[in-house]
Amino acid sequence: MTSIHKSYHVAKNDFIHAGEASIHVKNLLKSMNYNQDLVRRVAICGYEAEMNLVMHGGDGELSVDVNSERVILEVADRGPGILDIELAMQEGYSTAKEEYREMGFGAGMGLPNMKKNSDALKITSEPGQGTHVSMTFYNKG
Amino acid sequence: MKGIAVVMKLSEIAKILESDFLSGEEKKDQEFHYCRGSDLMSDVLAGFAEGSVFLTGLVTLQTVRTASVSGAGAIVFVRNKKPSPEVIALAKQEDIPLLVTPLSMFVSCGRLYQGGLTGVHGNR
Ligand SMILES: Nc1ncnc2c1ncn2[C@@H]1O[C@H](COP(=O)(O)OP(=O)(O)OP(=O)(O)O)[C@@H](O)[C@H]1O
Ligand SMILES: [Mg+2]
Repeated sequence: MTSIHKSYHVAKNDFIHAGEASIHVKNLLKSMNYNQDLVRRVAICGYEAEMNLVMHGGDGELSVDVNSERVILEVADRGPGILDIELAMQEGYSTAKEEYREMGFGAGMGLPNMKKNSDALKITSEPGQGTHVSMTFYNKG
Repeated sequence: MKGIAVVMKLSEIAKILESDFLSGEEKKDQEFHYCRGSDLMSDVLAGFAEGSVFLTGLVTLQTVRTASVSGAGAIVFVRNKKPSPEVIALAKQEDIPLLVTPLSMFVSCGRLYQGGLTGVHGNR
């Protein structure tokens, strides 16, 4: 099978478009006939990471690299970064502003959900520079 | 708790909830087994949603995208919350039927439960 790489620009605070990149990725994988479970896992993790960029991060990119064996999803932003990644990973931890909570976000479940739905999750962050989230999903056929 | 578990057509759900279709009426024969009521997007994304009907009071673009990503099959807005034309257009694009009911979240869930739908976690 061919290998495909795609990249989408995602903007901080842009709720009109927030989530579009993940839906594009979902449709791309669907069109490549990946199984439903893999498509769902990638879409959910992409969406959580994309919303985190929009709400907590800064302008950046969501990119996906796909081949027959696995999908690698990367979301990188040039925002404030995460000071304590271990703390951020804890279920229920959130610094979401009131306006985001009113939109149904801020439960502190996004990162734990990404960990649960991906086969590998790696977060690197440089305070003041930004955050890079990389997730791998194996295609189990 | 055990109880009767049934499959309900979207048209029956609409009738039970006294609701109107804002989009996706052509899918009125689609069948549903599970239901979730939530205003928390991460909750929807964290759990099983495939083929469920999603009741919420939040009428944002993110509600529709959350449903699309999680695989929810239809959205019902409770308490007569009317979404913007952009939200309706997005739901059409994502092929997710949208309904609006005058009933509250509590009464909507109660009626669907009584009608036999199962929670997304598989219990009744
Ligand atoms: N890209 C990012 N840049 C800066 N901080 C981040 C980023 N992503 C996550 N965080 C921090 O980690 C916290 C936890 O993130 P997580 O996604 O688990 O929860 P949340 O986004 O606050 O709520 P939810 O995802 O349930 O809507 C955030 O509140 C924020 O403080
Ligand atoms: Mg989050």
